[in-house]
Amino acid sequence: MDNRPLSPHLTVYKPQITSVLSIFHRITGAGLAVSTVLVVFWLASLAMGEVTFKGFNNFLNNPFIIIVLVLSLWALWYHFCNGLRHLYWDMGYGYDLKSVTISGWVAVICSFVLSFLTLLFFIS
Amino acid sequence: MVELRLPKNSRVTEGITWDKPSDAENVQEVRIYRYNPEGSENPRLDTFFVDLDKCGPMILDALIKIKNEIDPTLTFRRSCREGICGSCSMNIGGVNTLACLKGIKEFKGPINIYPLPHLPVIKDLVPDLKQFYKQHASIKPWLETFTDEPNEEWLQSEADRKELDGLYECVMCACCSTSCPSYWWNGDKYLGPAALLHAYRWIIDSRDQDRSARLEELNDSFKLYRCHTIMNCAKACPKGLNPAKAIAEIKKLQLQNS
Repeated sequence: MDNRPLSPHLTVYKPQITSVLSIFHRITGAGLAVSTVLVVFWLASLAMGEVTFKGFNNFLNNPFIIIVLVLSLWALWYHFCNGLRHLYWDMGYGYDLKSVTISGWVAVICSFVLSFLTLLFFIS
Repeated sequence: MVELRLPKNSRVTEGITWDKPSDAENVQEVRIYRYNPEGSENPRLDTFFVDLDKCGPMILDALIKIKNEIDPTLTFRRSCREGICGSCSMNIGGVNTLACLKGIKEFKGPINIYPLPHLPVIKDLVPDLKQFYKQHASIKPWLETFTDEPNEEWLQSEADRKELDGLYECVMCACCSTSCPSYWWNGDKYLGPAALLHAYRWIIDSRDQDRSARLEELNDSFKLYRCHTIMNCAKACPKGLNPAKAIAEIKKLQLQNS
């Protein structure tokens, strides 16, 4: 019976705080790996002297890159906050559904608040 | 492997809309996944209308009513109708659960019912659970002992027995394993929440004498460590158990065992 159909999965399963936060942990992790490359280029340009550094800073100063950087900032904080949940879990705590839901929302809210504060710090 | 799209033969097409009961006021729309192995057509989504004034309170009651009164070919597993046998597990309103424990009134609007996700479908809401049972068998779900048999029972203190609470209640309905994205993508190698919960049930049984070998057997990047603490399993379990917690305990014991 090799031609049995496969039952629907991703498209019918209801998105839940558990799975959504988990996939965002992955996405932000992968995204941060990419933005790290930007940071490496930035540092490399610094090592290459003033002219290159200024040139690279100009390149960073366009709206698209700024959006990428702001998203990366949020991704960094989200990955950090959710990463703390994972460390806590790895020690064997916080598995009951109530804790999972609360810690999940705390991680989401903290990621936005911390991003906002970091932006304020950079702007001022 | 991650495959976001269903294979060609599995894509769900629009199905039949069955007649509404003529004299009913309190009507619930239910859409049900249908697959007939005897034809060559793709699975389809049929729409039924159930007169709630003449129907029991649970989703299972609605399914039985549809089978009795509208389409007798509708196929699903059921037995105890009280959450003990684990037969009527399916995806209801997007979440895996037992049809007999889910109230119709818990939903607003049409209710979608699919078989348990990412499994081969035998017919309609009946999935093939062969692999799931094989994985359960692979963790040796029985007491392993090497010392001489006692004259009477293998004794256990009350405290040791308490360790099994939250584990022995599992009815093997597969709601947890088939709610787990990790199990969807790697179900051939990852044991999944249900089998691992059972593995832990025997690992921490004070009477079992094979703990070290059991842990060694599970110490595998796929069998155990494909669990990424997504926690869909605990959210789905209709018995309120927590497979994710059991898996975490196995991971902790692995550190002591190495």
